[in-house]
Amino acid sequence: MAIEVNGKTYETDEEGYLANLNDWEPEVATAMAKEDGTELSESHWEVINFLREYYEEYQIAPAVRVLTKAIGKKLGKDKGNSKYLYELFPYGPAKQACKYAGLPKPTGCV
Amino acid sequence: MADFDVPKFREIPIIPKLEEGTMEHSKPYVAKADFQQPLGYPGELVDNWKEVAIDKMGELLGKYRSFQVFLDACVKCGACTDKCHYYLGTTDPKNMPVGRQDLLRKVYRRYFTFAGKYFPKLVGAEDLSEEVLDDWYSYFHQCSQCRRCSVFCPYGIDTAEISMAAREIMDAVGKGQKYCNEIIGKVFKVGNNLGLPQPALENTLEGIEEDVEDDTGVKVRYPLDEKGAEVLLVTPSADFFAEPHVDGLIGYGKVFHEAGISWTLSSHASEAANFGMFIGSYENMRRVSMRIREAALDLGVKRIIFGECGHAWRVAYSFLNTLAGPFDFLDPNYPVPQHICEFTHDLIKQGKLNLDKSRNDDMSLTYHDSCNVSRASRMGDTPGGQFSIPRDIIRASCNNFYDMSADTIYDSTYCCGGGGGLLTDDLMELRVKGALPRMEALKKVVDEHGVTHMAAICAICKSQFAKVMPYYGFTLDQIVSVHQLVSNALILTGQKSDDDDDDASDED
Repeated sequence: MAIEVNGKTYETDEEGYLANLNDWEPEVATAMAKEDGTELSESHWEVINFLREYYEEYQIAPAVRVLTKAIGKKLGKDKGNSKYLYELFPYGPAKQACKYAGLPKPTGCV
Repeated sequence: MADFDVPKFREIPIIPKLEEGTMEHSKPYVAKADFQQPLGYPGELVDNWKEVAIDKMGELLGKYRSFQVFLDACVKCGACTDKCHYYLGTTDPKNMPVGRQDLLRKVYRRYFTFAGKYFPKLVGAEDLSEEVLDDWYSYFHQCSQCRRCSVFCPYGIDTAEISMAAREIMDAVGKGQKYCNEIIGKVFKVGNNLGLPQPALENTLEGIEEDVEDDTGVKVRYPLDEKGAEVLLVTPSADFFAEPHVDGLIGYGKVFHEAGISWTLSSHASEAANFGMFIGSYENMRRVSMRIREAALDLGVKRIIFGECGHAWRVAYSFLNTLAGPFDFLDPNYPVPQHICEFTHDLIKQGKLNLDKSRNDDMSLTYHDSCNVSRASRMGDTPGGQFSIPRDIIRASCNNFYDMSADTIYDSTYCCGGGGGLLTDDLMELRVKGALPRMEALKKVVDEHGVTHMAAICAICKSQFAKVMPYYGFTLDQIVSVHQLVSNALILTGQKSDDDDDDASDED
C-alpha cells in the first residue's frame, strides 16, 4: 500500500502506517489526517512532534502516561490527561497519533 | 462510529437465528515473510501446502492425544451451539463451537479415518481445498480460545485446542496471522510484545516513581534489572504502556513497598504474555518462556510473580515448569510461580495493608473473570481460588461491589471478545460483536445496582473493553485494573494526607 502526497509516493503497511520512518514529512501527517477527515491544529502538532522526539531517543512511542505527563508540563495540567488526547485523536492517541507521526503502530495488548 | 452494525442488547437473551456467512469476510492480515521466518515458518504459502497441512495435522494427532479425541468424540448433541460469544454476537453458524470444530474435523475425517477415506459423503468428510483453507483462516481467527464451550460440552471437547492446532497448521503452510506473529518476533528481538527497549522501560518507570512520590510523599521504587532482588515480577508490557493497565502496575509497586520485599522487573523478560500459546506453537511458547528462566537466573531472584495478564497466568500456572523448568533455584516455600493477586491477598489476610475502602467510594464495581484465569488455572490453595481471591481483594479495597449474572461469571464467564490473539484493529467488527454478552451482563448491573466500573486482571480484557465499551454506550474509562483499586485504597506507611488530592479531578 502507499499514500500519495504532492505527487510523491510513500510506502505504507496494510494499516496505513509509513513503512519507512525516515520518509516522513509534515505533509504526510497532514494528508493522513485529511483521509480521516481531520485537520491538524497546533495542538495535534504538539503531540506529533513530541512523539517523534521521543521515538528518536527511545526507538518506541512513549507510554500513554509519559505522553500525558509531557503534554501536561508543556500545555498545562488541564491538558495532561488522556481525555484531552482522545479529543484530539479519537481513534486512540497511541495509534492514531503514531500513524500521523510516521511511527510504527504500537503492537501487543494495547 | 462503525462501518458495521453494532448488535443491540437483547431484552431476553434468546438464541439468535442463524445467518450463514455473515462473518465470512472477517480475516486478519496475513503475516509477511519478515514476521513468519523468525518463528520458523515459511514466508508465504508454500506450493505443496495441502501436503504440508495434512502432514502437520498427522503430526499433531500423534503428538497431542487430546486433539484426536476432540475430533473423534463429538456426537452433535448441540450443547455448545449457543455458548460462544462470537456466535451470539455474529449469528454466523460457523461461529458455533461445533461449526468451528467441523471445519477441521471434516478434513481430519477425509484423510485420517477409514470411513472418511472411502465414504466421505456419508460422514461429512471433505477434501482440503482453497475454500477450506480460507474458511480456516477466517473462522479460526474468530475463536478467542476462551474455552467457555468446553465447560458445557458433555465430552469436554476443547475448541481452543482445535483452534490452536488449526493455527499451527496454517503457520506451517505459510499462512500465519500478522498480529500474533509480529508480536512474538518482537519478544524474541526486544523482550516484549510492544517492543519497548530497556531505556524506554527505565524512562517510564522513573516517571512512575516521580508520580507516586508526588501523589503520596513516599518514595516507592519501580526497579528494573536489579540483581539480588527477592522477587522477579513478570507483567504484560501493556502495564508499562497503556491505561488503565499502568494504574495496576503502580498498585503492584505499592504493595511490594508495603510488604517490605525487594523486587525487580526485567528488561529481558519484560513480557508476561505468551502469544506462542495463541498460535498453538509449543516451540515458540517455550522460547518466550525461557526468557523468564534466563532473567530469574541472571538476576538471582528467589521468587517469580506474575502481574495481571490472563493467558500469561494459564501458561505460567499450567505449563511454565514443563516449558522452562525445573525451577529448583527458587525458594520452595512459595508457589512457582505466584500470581500478584495471591501475593496481595496473603498480605491483606495478614493485615499488612492499610486499605481505606472509602477512597474508592466514587466507584461502584463489578468484576470480569478473565477466561484463561477462570477456566485454565487456579489461585491460592483451595478450589475456586481464582474466583474468590480477586473478589476478596476488590471487597477489601472498595465498599461497593456487585457481581454480574451467575451464568456470565466464574467458569461460565464470557470472553471480553478480544482474547486469543484477536486484539487487533483489523478484527474490530468481530471484537465489538463478540463483546455483546459481556456488555449485556454489565448493562444489567449498571441498571440494577448503579455499577460504574468493571475491574479485570488481564491486559487484553482491559484494552479490549476500553476500545469496545464506547460502542455500547459506556465510556472507555469504565474499565479498571484490580491493583488500581488496591493502589487507590492503600495508605502507605508515612503517606501524606490527601486533602489536596488532585487525582479525583481526572474522574470528572
